Amino acid sequence: MAEATRPAKGGMSKRQRAKVGRGVQYVILLALVVVGAVLADWNKIGDAFFNVEVARALFPTVITTALVNTAVYTALGFAFGLGLALLLALMRLSSVGPYRWISGAYIEFFRGLPALLVFLSVGFGIPTAFEGLNLDRNLTIMLSLGIVGSAYMAETIRAGIKAVPGGQLEAARSLGMSHARATTTVVIPQAFRIILPPLTNELILLTKDSSLAFVLGATLSQQELTQFGRSALTSYESMTPILVVGLCYLVITIPLSVLQQRLERRFGPGGNGGQGSGA
Amino acid sequence: MSDVKIEITGLRKSFGQVEVLSGVDQRIEAGEVVCVIGPSGSGKSTLLRCVNLLEQPTGGRIVVDGIELTDPDTDIDAARTRIGMVFQQFNLFTHLSVLDNLTVAQRKVLGRSRDEAESVARQNLERVGLADRATAMPSQLSGGQQQRVGIARALAMNPDVMLFDEPTSALDPELVGDVLGVMRRLADEGMTMLVVTHEMQFAREVADRVLFMDGGVIVEQGNPAEVIGAPKQERTRSFLARVLDPTHAGE
Repeated sequence: MAEATRPAKGGMSKRQRAKVGRGVQYVILLALVVVGAVLADWNKIGDAFFNVEVARALFPTVITTALVNTAVYTALGFAFGLGLALLLALMRLSSVGPYRWISGAYIEFFRGLPALLVFLSVGFGIPTAFEGLNLDRNLTIMLSLGIVGSAYMAETIRAGIKAVPGGQLEAARSLGMSHARATTTVVIPQAFRIILPPLTNELILLTKDSSLAFVLGATLSQQELTQFGRSALTSYESMTPILVVGLCYLVITIPLSVLQQRLERRFGPGGNGGQGSGA
Repeated sequence: MSDVKIEITGLRKSFGQVEVLSGVDQRIEAGEVVCVIGPSGSGKSTLLRCVNLLEQPTGGRIVVDGIELTDPDTDIDAARTRIGMVFQQFNLFTHLSVLDNLTVAQRKVLGRSRDEAESVARQNLERVGLADRATAMPSQLSGGQQQRVGIARALAMNPDVMLFDEPTSALDPELVGDVLGVMRRLADEGMTMLVVTHEMQFAREVADRVLFMDGGVIVEQGNPAEVIGAPKQERTRSFLARVLDPTHAGE
């Protein structure tokens, strides 16, 4: 009985042993850092990944063209994808059988395909299959990214709708709202508050997927970040452009995460709807 | 002259193989307060939810205010605006402020202007004693306050009848009184009310009539003094013994 709570034979309590264990881990970590710092050829590494001359030459085009293009392509794809996803989610939850089947088949199909295949199919398949139908490049990107994103987001939205307690719909119906009205004014707004984190995830994924636009070919002014980085890589023979465009992606995605956290605190489950603290 | 507000005839409801309501008949007149008591699983909540068709009856007729709700051609949404409902779990719209909870249906269903809806909302918040919480979010309110907002939300539609589905069962004991007080005032003002409840004291003091349900039928009904004070049926007696004196129920 009492023996179990007493220090083990070595004389150390469980807490003391944990403390020593953590100390050992810190020492090992520090040793690895020191060894890495001593052994690495920092000049060479610096030259390969961060050549100030090369980095300077990339500006301002990397921002004014590449970053802007990435943001625009992502925004187009996300907007189209989100709208389509909402429709698909509602179809999947519909009481009309064929709606459910069509939506289910769409989701299974496009969720399983690499985004690259979708870009190729939309970019080269559609103009071939429907002669005379030449999609504008931005439209092609919007469709491709939207088709891929919608398949994922439809499931996210469906999960969000199902997570809204049934009593919310019942209360809305008992006040005389039709099913459609109750869904749009009560259920969907609450569903989106619930799925804010996974939806932000999806937006970040699409930001990165927009790099696939390279398969469509691009003029200089149409290059997004990754393609811009690759072209610069060949012209400067330095990895610096890769580092710079990589940081540019973070310039987009990190503020999105911050925005998500803000919105979540304000509107998410348990949030106060932006009313400030209680009166 | 008797003015029948709710008329239920031969109501049946099954969930799959299980019959929850096995033929319920009931007429509730204008201004009447009817409390439904009975053990859990007796069908009392299902009965209430059938009255505004939140549950689709398997058989029978329900007429509220002269409109047959069970007629498939009835505009159920329009009919529901005249039937207020208060839920055990309050079911306030969690993404809307208290004021918006009260105005959203007025505006979108009844087509009232924002000004009119807000003025009706504030009057009803006043009625339930929460005029000062209009800008709060539901999550910032206590259970008792949430339920009073639930009542005010239903009243803002100017219903002819009010349905209460165990309105105090989810509340901490010390918060029950505020909600029952609001309901008692509503009864005094002449509202037609159908109340599923476990609050025997409330039923005894406020109800015009008490229905005891068990096994999907109304076993006994009458004025509260009779049904609660001197029940005739054995099933009613044993239920009341368990509810009124739970510590000795096993003896």
